[in-house]
Amino acid sequence: MLNTFVVYVENKSGALARVALLFRRRGYNIESLTVGRTEKPDVSRMTITVEADADQARRIEANIYKLVNVLLVENVSAVPVITRDLAMIKVAAPQEVRSQVLELASVFRARVVDVALSSITIEITGAEDKIDGLLDVLRPFGVLEMVRTGIVAMRRGARTSEPNNEQTPDFIVE
Amino acid sequence: MRMTGAQILWRSLELEGVKHVFGYPGGTILPAYDALTQSTIHHVLVRHEQGATHMADGYARATGQVGVAVATSGPGATNMVTGIATAMMDSSPIVCITGQVGSKMLGSDAFQEIDITGVTLPITKHNYIVTRPEDIAKTIHEAFYVARSGRPGPVLVDITRDAQQASCEFEWDASVPKLPGFRPDIQPEPATYEEALKMINGSRRPVILAGHGILISEASQLLREFVERTHIPVAMTLLGIGSFPASHPLNLGMMGMHGEAWVNKAIQEADLLLALGMRFDDRVTGELAKYAPKAKKIHIEIDPAEINKRVKVDVALIGDLREVLPKLLPKVTRTDSSEWLERIWELKGDSAVRDIQSLPDEGHLYAAHVINDLWHETQGSDTIVVSDVGQHQMWEAQYYKHERPRSLVTSGGLGTMGFALPAAIGAKTARPDAEVWVVAGDGGFQMTMPELATIMQENLKINIAIINNGFLGMVRQWQQFFYESNYQSTPMLSPDFVKVAEAYGIRAMEVTTRSQVVPTVKAARSHDGPVLINFRVEQEDAVYPMVAAGAALHDMIRRPSPLVETAEDV
Repeated sequence: MLNTFVVYVENKSGALARVALLFRRRGYNIESLTVGRTEKPDVSRMTITVEADADQARRIEANIYKLVNVLLVENVSAVPVITRDLAMIKVAAPQEVRSQVLELASVFRARVVDVALSSITIEITGAEDKIDGLLDVLRPFGVLEMVRTGIVAMRRGARTSEPNNEQTPDFIVE
Repeated sequence: MRMTGAQILWRSLELEGVKHVFGYPGGTILPAYDALTQSTIHHVLVRHEQGATHMADGYARATGQVGVAVATSGPGATNMVTGIATAMMDSSPIVCITGQVGSKMLGSDAFQEIDITGVTLPITKHNYIVTRPEDIAKTIHEAFYVARSGRPGPVLVDITRDAQQASCEFEWDASVPKLPGFRPDIQPEPATYEEALKMINGSRRPVILAGHGILISEASQLLREFVERTHIPVAMTLLGIGSFPASHPLNLGMMGMHGEAWVNKAIQEADLLLALGMRFDDRVTGELAKYAPKAKKIHIEIDPAEINKRVKVDVALIGDLREVLPKLLPKVTRTDSSEWLERIWELKGDSAVRDIQSLPDEGHLYAAHVINDLWHETQGSDTIVVSDVGQHQMWEAQYYKHERPRSLVTSGGLGTMGFALPAAIGAKTARPDAEVWVVAGDGGFQMTMPELATIMQENLKINIAIINNGFLGMVRQWQQFFYESNYQSTPMLSPDFVKVAEAYGIRAMEVTTRSQVVPTVKAARSHDGPVLINFRVEQEDAVYPMVAAGAALHDMIRRPSPLVETAEDV
């Protein structure tokens, strides 16, 4: 099953490499990995999706935790969660089909972010299957180029994944 | 106080309690070496940086304290890789300090520049690159803490040349590290204690699997109390040897690929395995699908990533043995295991007949006899045996009866040939009052033989026993069993080790018959300098029993009965 991990890391050199290398070394194939800033300047947040059974997922979590720069790991696969992927899709759209392409985009609530004489660039945000759905219907027109960000995920409701001060007090060495 | 980065480095190490470092100078670490002159730290000059890391490792294993190795950038740093990996696999706390090119030259492929933090990423517990003198004290502080806390391991600190040269204010107390993500203070869930106790107290055929974690956690005495209270017999992993006295009636001996037959059979017949500070390595379990099929499994282990990694367990208590065992102790009861123990003694009786010790002395020198005699001669004294990797290592584990923790130092997980000689130098440096014996094969010994010069330069009383069979013995044994005795590239010519040792100013002797073993060992012990003994043993002896790779643990290749053996081996 596809597991989604939210990982908070100290924003230090090599932190991303350490996490990525761990998956490679243990033989787990990352489906998607995104990393970006959080509201704290010294903390980054990753969302990692990986195919693994429950046992493997637990060990992946334990292994990520062992990395010294990792502040928090949470497997959000079994909790209510919002996941989003963003794609930009450049579609061949000459005059005669352009209105059809625009219509499809609007059905999927995608936005047109660029128009050229023979092409349109569409931006779509959503869960992965929604983006896959749009891609399927655009493919017959000719997808010239596509880029996807990979998944970001966040718990639904008031509860956060964020490491609060109670969970991770500054660990002072005696 | 204003100091250079180089001065801060040594001062920080001194404040961490470091008395000795093992190293080799070079271009980018020169500023540090220049400042070493003013330090109280004794520097052991090695002959190869791999040796420095094994020495730091041997130092750590002999004492539990962090060992330190120093090297320059580029080849100096890459030469450390094998030693770092060895320490990683065996959870040994070492700190490696490497010089690095100036921070402005980083990434430019400068002379002797290598991305050593990148290279060692998967084989260190953590690593650092330091480019400012202000960060040196804090990083050393952190490195030592990370190396020795939780499940120990190697930490590498790469320091650029300019960071060593520049100056800043030094204040150790202000350099307290903050490691918000590092939580070695892990505790078991309270409910798991109850579950474990129920299983332990209800078991009829229990076996304790004692691993390296007991030594690392200094929990040997606790284990002893636990065993005496419960009467559960103890099987040890290779690295668990010494965690429980060999002479204790409930000590079964070593388990695994070359474990005693009765130990492996006991594990296979057990109804409960209590795994303490071990990780169910493939050399310990044999074929997983057939491993201890009737046993419930309790795993007490500090590293959560080890739980259910290879063997699925019923209960896991994740924490430090020194904290977990005392909580179990008052609540465990004596198990009703008399039938079980009788069964084990019965298995043992069967094996003893095949034991090479029962073989007559017919003029051949067997490695097992050498080890056995060495044990007899040195037992009762504070002896550390440092073994290399291969057949002699298994014979050492089988025939040398270790009574005390940290009395065996050997490379288990990585199986690093060439480990013994430098690791012994580390052990002797750490514990100068202990009697230190290297037990190495002719192959592995030659991998790090130049460290004989380090022994000479440091004037260390180390005794070296080369178990010389003229083969890469363990590989030859695999070829014999699994490759139709096609001895491809395993017969090995060696130099005259006696002459080699003498060239280094080390006294050396040669032994070819069993009757010479004891007098020669006695002579070596009474000589006040280092001694090398070249034991010319039976060339094509094999380590028995043996669980072939992929076979079930009880499915062992056994030593042929003495008569058959005489026909085949002689």
